[in-house]
Amino acid sequence: MSHSVELAGIGMTFGTTRAVSDVTFKVAAGEFFSILGPSGCGKTTILRMIAGFIEPTEGRVLIGERDMAGLGPDQRPTAMIFQSLALFPLMSVRDNIAFGLEARGMSRPERRAKADDLLRLIALEGYGDRMSGELSGGQRQRVAIARALAVEPGVLLLDEPLSALDLKLRQHMRAELRALQKRTGVTFIYITHDQSEALAMSDRVAVMSDGLLQQVASPRALYDNPATPFVARFVGETNAIPGRIIQVQDGHARIDTALGSLTGRAGHGAQAGQPGTIYIRPEALMPGGTENTLTAGIERVDFEGSFALVHGRFDGGEALAASIPSTRLAEAPEPGSRASFGFAPGHAVVLGDG
Amino acid sequence: MGELKNRFGPGLSTIFVTLVIFWLAGMVLAPNLMMIDYALRPNLPPQALGGPEDTYSLANILYLAGEPTHRAIFFKTIWASALVAGVTFLVCYPIAFWLAQRATTGQLAVAMLLIIIPFFINEVLRTLAWFIILAYRGPLNSALMNIGLIDAPIRWQGDGGVLAAMVYAYILFMLLPIYNAIESLEKAQIEAARDLGAPTWRIHTRVVIPHAKAGIATGFVFTFMLAAGSYVAPALLGSPGSRWFTEIIYNWFFEGGDWNRGAAYALVLLVLCLAVVLVTLKLVRVNLTDVAK
Ligand SMILES: Nc1ncnc2c1ncn2[C@@H]1O[C@H](COP(=O)(O)OP(=O)(O)O)[C@@H](O)[C@H]1O
Ligand SMILES: [Mg+2]
Repeated sequence: MSHSVELAGIGMTFGTTRAVSDVTFKVAAGEFFSILGPSGCGKTTILRMIAGFIEPTEGRVLIGERDMAGLGPDQRPTAMIFQSLALFPLMSVRDNIAFGLEARGMSRPERRAKADDLLRLIALEGYGDRMSGELSGGQRQRVAIARALAVEPGVLLLDEPLSALDLKLRQHMRAELRALQKRTGVTFIYITHDQSEALAMSDRVAVMSDGLLQQVASPRALYDNPATPFVARFVGETNAIPGRIIQVQDGHARIDTALGSLTGRAGHGAQAGQPGTIYIRPEALMPGGTENTLTAGIERVDFEGSFALVHGRFDGGEALAASIPSTRLAEAPEPGSRASFGFAPGHAVVLGDG
Repeated sequence: MGELKNRFGPGLSTIFVTLVIFWLAGMVLAPNLMMIDYALRPNLPPQALGGPEDTYSLANILYLAGEPTHRAIFFKTIWASALVAGVTFLVCYPIAFWLAQRATTGQLAVAMLLIIIPFFINEVLRTLAWFIILAYRGPLNSALMNIGLIDAPIRWQGDGGVLAAMVYAYILFMLLPIYNAIESLEKAQIEAARDLGAPTWRIHTRVVIPHAKAGIATGFVFTFMLAAGSYVAPALLGSPGSRWFTEIIYNWFFEGGDWNRGAAYALVLLVLCLAVVLVTLKLVRVNLTDVAK
């Protein structure tokens, strides 16, 4: 059983700190939904309001269409995975997993059977009698998930659960989490400050900045059509070149920059005569391209395996990042040289600065 | 020892160690050995000391076993001290939990000050304050009568008064170890338990208390030993029916003039206290070094 989650204009003020303002979005039942934003932007606060640890100072939280006002965390159909995992160190793995069932008055043999089922689900069969401190980081991670799933929540809330793991394990756990979500069908609301994590796992992503919701969209839409300058810069790498928008027509915008006149797709707030910025993804920049040409001084070329990242400065002073697939490494410019790049208008977006 | 030498040089560290050894030998070991010596010898007039009757025996201890009133008071002191520790725990646990997990920094400072300040005053004076409060015509009775809760004054002195005064006197020894233990519990664990649907009492029995076990055991041990060895509270607030074992020991020394029997009684109390402490620690699987911390 999974539930939808709807936030209707929720806000939270701690004393004088405005942590979250007027956030509205709806997560469908069974969706893998991420909340992405830099540290301190209010992600955990939102999650805690959904879980019921804190009541929003304004707005409403609805889970499965039901208003949750006044219900504590023990009365909501949610389960939370804490950033620190918060496993109970004095209990065995099995008792950890069965804790919620014990609280619900399930008999000991039933609890045991269910905990063992879950241990199988997370591929830790036979680890039931260990203490949680004897497990590796990834295993503890999975125990925390099993403990939360044991109470059959309609919504699973995950607060940066992978942030403590090393890169390899993190990537492995991403795939595992995603598979687990598909298998169980539970709604996942997943918090992260790592944009590649959000893009790789989610059905949809909400991007936050300073307590404000910036955009809710699929990973693809977020990447291709950022709604705000913040999203354009925060999600993925980008080359941002400011200027003045001179023409908007047929979904394209022309912008006058220090590097000349450039054309991209017209995005949010792009109006002729207004200041704006064109955002070009690193992979869109082609060395020696003839359309929308830009010149830059090359500082470094970092070989990263499947591609090489070219760093430098545009003539206007903005940072350059261009990625070149390894198969075309021969075209990469030399460090210290000057090179010109081009890009197709469809691969860049122009946003108003407002 | 090696560390000490590194830090203070051989001269100073030798002095330190010698002083500590003297302290232990002179202030701890010698009096206790003397007490054992007294306890095992009969009470004789000065001229008979060293004579044929001056032999070691268990007679003084057996006297206690054979004297029903003293025996009863002895066992009562033991269980009443356990009761004091238990009640002190019930009083302190909620306060410690609140201080450690809920209070803001400001509240914590104010509460700690309020709890600690009375302890700047001598124990005898604090007990005297209770004596005044609990007096037959004292403020507590008149307050209760004024608000109409009771019609006639209650005689608080006796078991109730002793319990109240001791619980109050030993609050810090229970509160601080429990506070320290609960303070180190990660907040997220309490939240996780709650999130998983555990009611408040289960959060405490399954998560908080197991985590704070060593602190609680420490508080119990301190409070129990202090209560069992307490003299002031029972002497001031007790009634003839609520005599404490320490009062009997006192009487042997200062009124009965039989130091040997007094020493034997004190020895029995010491041994039984130690036994209770060790059994308690064994039961909760905490070792002495944890308590010492
Ligand atoms: N209990 C609290 N009391 C006061 N301020 C808080 C509290 N919790 C969070 N904040 C503030 O709210 C803002 C958002 O915090 P948080 O939701 O934890 O951000 P994130 O999880 O995105 O890093 C921060 O400025 C933080 O200092
Ligand atoms: Mg956070």
